[in-house]
Amino acid sequence: MGYKQYILVCGGTACESNQGIALFNALKSAVISNGLVNDVQVVRTGCLGFCEKGPIVKILPQDTFYVEVKPEDAETIVKEHIVKGRVVSRLLYDKKQSQINVGIEGIDFYQKQFRIVLRNCGVIDPDKIDEYIARDGYKALEKVLFTMKPQEVVDEVSKSGLRGRGGAGFPTGKKWSFAAAQPAGQKYMVCNADEGDPGAYMDRSTLEGDPHSVLEAMTIAGYAIGADKGFIYIRAEYPLAIQRLETAIAQSREYGLLGKDILGSGFSFEIEIRLGAGAFVCGEETALLASIEGKRGMPKPRPPFPAVKGLWGCPTVINNVETLANIPVILTKGGLWFSKIGTATSKGTKVFALTGKINNSGLIEVPMGTTLREIIFDIGGGIRNGKAFKAAQTGGPSGGMIPPQFLDTPIDYENLGKIGSIMGSGGLIVMDEDDCIPNIAKFYLDFTVDESCGKCAPCRIGGRKLLDYLKKICNGDGTNADIENMQEISEAMARASLCGLGQTASNPVKSSLRYFMDEYKEHIDEKKCRAGKCKNLLRYTIDAAKCVGCTACARVCPANAIAGERKQPHVIDKTKCIKCGQCFEVCKFHAVNRA
Amino acid sequence: MTALSAPAASRGCACCCEPSEAELYVRLDEVIGEYRDKPGGLIPALQTAQSVFGYLPEPVIRKIADGFGKTVSEVTGVVTFYSFFTLHPRGKYLVRVCLGTACYVRGGKEVLDAFKKRLKIDVGETTPDRQFSLEVGRCFGACGMAPVVMVNDTVHQRVKPARVGELVNRILAGGAVAVEKEQA
Repeated sequence: MGYKQYILVCGGTACESNQGIALFNALKSAVISNGLVNDVQVVRTGCLGFCEKGPIVKILPQDTFYVEVKPEDAETIVKEHIVKGRVVSRLLYDKKQSQINVGIEGIDFYQKQFRIVLRNCGVIDPDKIDEYIARDGYKALEKVLFTMKPQEVVDEVSKSGLRGRGGAGFPTGKKWSFAAAQPAGQKYMVCNADEGDPGAYMDRSTLEGDPHSVLEAMTIAGYAIGADKGFIYIRAEYPLAIQRLETAIAQSREYGLLGKDILGSGFSFEIEIRLGAGAFVCGEETALLASIEGKRGMPKPRPPFPAVKGLWGCPTVINNVETLANIPVILTKGGLWFSKIGTATSKGTKVFALTGKINNSGLIEVPMGTTLREIIFDIGGGIRNGKAFKAAQTGGPSGGMIPPQFLDTPIDYENLGKIGSIMGSGGLIVMDEDDCIPNIAKFYLDFTVDESCGKCAPCRIGGRKLLDYLKKICNGDGTNADIENMQEISEAMARASLCGLGQTASNPVKSSLRYFMDEYKEHIDEKKCRAGKCKNLLRYTIDAAKCVGCTACARVCPANAIAGERKQPHVIDKTKCIKCGQCFEVCKFHAVNRA
Repeated sequence: MTALSAPAASRGCACCCEPSEAELYVRLDEVIGEYRDKPGGLIPALQTAQSVFGYLPEPVIRKIADGFGKTVSEVTGVVTFYSFFTLHPRGKYLVRVCLGTACYVRGGKEVLDAFKKRLKIDVGETTPDRQFSLEVGRCFGACGMAPVVMVNDTVHQRVKPARVGELVNRILAGGAVAVEKEQA
């Protein structure tokens, strides 16, 4: 490679939708117009993680990290940075810096992070297999095919202590050993990329930024369990990830790393992409298999587990994208190396999609055992607009709300379980004082009721009842008996539902009742919503001392509920008020109170 | 993959440049032939059929059921199970407002209300001029820029309710969904 410098442009969905493609093109044009085609290469990489400050541009070898770069800035970057060797300070994260090598060291967002899964995201061009190979890609596959027996591969993964990153945390080595122990014959390896958990996008970013790592891992898994066919079940909503996977599959076939007789080892493995058709329940493994078989995606009772009887009745291993992305590293560096990272029961790292009311939204990867406080306040930069932290939700609609008193709990599978949540796939949504807890619980139940497949009664009926009670409470019609009923239904759903969706659907309700009972009580006893989110419970009044009688509120009120003379304090007629809040918005004197 | 979410048949006017219905059915026969013997081929066949027709009308479902040797009720059961499939034609622009958690807590609901008001349709409906269909999305994995709206294959980030009208006008002017092509 004869290039002297590289300009890396983030090609993740977040940056691409923020003029990222125009920026990429502008940089290429600027390089051409400045006659630097032979010296500088512009590379579009996968997600660099810091979505909040995108689009991101990184320049090598200086490691300069530019944020919020616009297409208009391309010419400046090339003229100043590349040609004259002067840093463009106004595009740095810390604009006061003036050295050219201002990388990510000074950015809190990247401290405390440790990248295994996302090792190549933002570093390589995902559409070029050579760049993956240059970063030790397919080295693990080669090692496995030529120096290890299938059983040794399974043992190495078991030794690493890796557990499933899709949610439940089942040991990956154990899962593989079950399928490997089945008599030889048709077996399948499935990658679950049906990332349906709202607020989670780590699988998307991994596939967009480093598709080959997943292909390599699937092939290794196929060798370990004795499968010659793999499926990637991915959401149709992820067009960019699908496109990059298709490119990656074609390239690895061309290189003899996929297909018949891989690298002349005698082992053959094929991978086919199947698109999901929009059903959250298909993230559940038996439902996912039904969907690949072309049926309604409804779960089946387990056992038999898919590792014994899965796709078309054959032994099948289903691993999530993030789980798989760990595999090549485990086999290159060894299970022992991996097992030294993390906590006693949870090894390695976890990728979180940090979103909600947080200053630095983005994709982060931290060692297991990092605390919520470190994630939210150190990496995430704290709560937006200086508001107070109220709760964090892990595990999406299947998880629980974690209150401030557990901010210092080290995050691992067991600890999250103890405080009533789950690891889930890695969505981490931060809520502040303006979020109403019963309303958020209602939001989650609304989701799970909509997505329940309806096969088993506890989930179908229980979810509906929970939603009804939550609606009642948010409308100000709740009673204390409703709370008791909700607790009972939640327990029944957790115990009796057929699959993970129903078993965990009541977690948002259970955890919020456990930690935020005072908010439920306020809604029920005082008919009050402290966050101002439940419309029916709001009362609008005008503070006569502040009102100057400008009539703006009276003019905007659609219900003619506000009366008053010009230059005299106005009054809201509570019987007419429809609580639309327009008076509150329009008043320039903060004279309208909402409580 | 663009073809999957931007149905070819519902694009633009119904003038002579559109393939005739007979031609579409010829294409359907090819699709059935391609997937019939593939294990689990029903869903990919339905996805492709939907991209050909823009939606899945009853005659198409019947034809696919015949081709696959399944009952119409079984195929309809699959179609109605997945939110991706639609039994009704969609507009030229499919607007999907994300109500995933991150978007919800950052005001996705208000954005949805603004679209309903501007387009004068409810969720699941299509404007009478067949320009817009409005749907709710369950997370596009773009949570860092919440709230987001996906129009066909383009993600619009940090959408403000007050600027929905402007966005709709930009889409109609053809400026907001055209996917920028990368330079070679």
